[in-house]
Amino acid sequence: MTTTIPAPRTSYTPPKRRRVNWEKWGWLYMRVSGLFLVVLIFGHLFVNLVAGNGVRAIDFAFVAGKWADPFWVVWDTLLLWLALIHGANGMRTITNDYAHNPLLRRLILLAILASTVVLLVLGTLVIYTFDPCPANAVAGSLPDFCPVK
Amino acid sequence: MSTATLEGTSSAAPEVPSFTVTLIVRRYDPDVDAEPYWQDFDLQMYGTDRVLDALHKIKWEVDGSLSFRRSCAHGVCGSDAMRINGRNRLACKTLLKDLDISKPIYVEAIKGLPLEKDLIVNMDPFFESFKAVQPFLIASSKPDKERLQSVAQRERFDDTTKCILCAACTSSCPVFWTDGQYFGPAAIVNAHRFIFDSRDEGAQVRLDILNDKEGVWRCRTTFNCTDACPRGIEVTKAISEVKQAILKGNPNKVDIVLG
Repeated sequence: MTTTIPAPRTSYTPPKRRRVNWEKWGWLYMRVSGLFLVVLIFGHLFVNLVAGNGVRAIDFAFVAGKWADPFWVVWDTLLLWLALIHGANGMRTITNDYAHNPLLRRLILLAILASTVVLLVLGTLVIYTFDPCPANAVAGSLPDFCPVK
Repeated sequence: MSTATLEGTSSAAPEVPSFTVTLIVRRYDPDVDAEPYWQDFDLQMYGTDRVLDALHKIKWEVDGSLSFRRSCAHGVCGSDAMRINGRNRLACKTLLKDLDISKPIYVEAIKGLPLEKDLIVNMDPFFESFKAVQPFLIASSKPDKERLQSVAQRERFDDTTKCILCAACTSSCPVFWTDGQYFGPAAIVNAHRFIFDSRDEGAQVRLDILNDKEGVWRCRTTFNCTDACPRGIEVTKAISEVKQAILKGNPNKVDIVLG
């Protein structure tokens, strides 16, 4: 198969001025979020897998305990948003670099955008509406640390 | 060390080691071949020979139809950039003995530019990007004598003045391979040469041109260009400095490079 280069001989035309330079801010976002993610991810891994009883400590009660503390709610929200957008922007970059077919590229970019938005909404919903002991739950289905009514 | 002595003892120059080397050249003749193909050549070469000498030997003694560009043959004109064992090098600056001659040496045209014949590519897209960054001094003043510049001001862009426009960097860039619209390292290096020149007044124009979808933000810092440059220009560093200049809005504020 021969590689065809899309019209490389077209002479330079000044770019259409868009109000927001997505390439520049995308590039900057990757560097800034990357710095935060180093702390957030390794902190997350240490607390979940190493500190205390280590990996054996993880169960429903462990997660419920963490999200009862506003500190971990903020931590996990930051982790969710920064990491998902960081990853999605990376996928966008790779798509722009390697998807030649304009239609295919558009489809892939839309799919990345849609899945990112869905995951962000679902993840945020879970973090902020999480209740380990819902009031109208079926008796016996609740974990044993919930107060008995 | 055998240096000439006063007594004039005739010390013949030490025998240059000779060896047989296999060159596998990617041939393509658009009038005959549908696709490029690889052709082997076994050559008797010497330790002082370069890849260019091997190509000359093929052209002059074996197969006169082999086509490649070369002009000065001493690493100044930048005509004979090619892919040697998968790396972009100048054929005139690559000694055979520095390569692994126990194995065949693969020689092919640089990638990412339209192949014309054998080792010759169409350089027009490369020079179009070069022209687009306005690689000439833009200054409003018309002094009677020369424009003065301090040693430090000259030093600031010294590295990027070395470019010989051989296209080894641009055609080693993976982004350029898949996206022919990307300006490429060479154009950015030549923009850097004027952006950081204290006598020049067109820095903002060039920064605006490179602050584009096909500009510096396409650079993925793979360092292929720095490895490929036959003049040892720190190409990736120059691109990073242009990025910094765009972010800070002024080349004079760029001091350290974050990468």
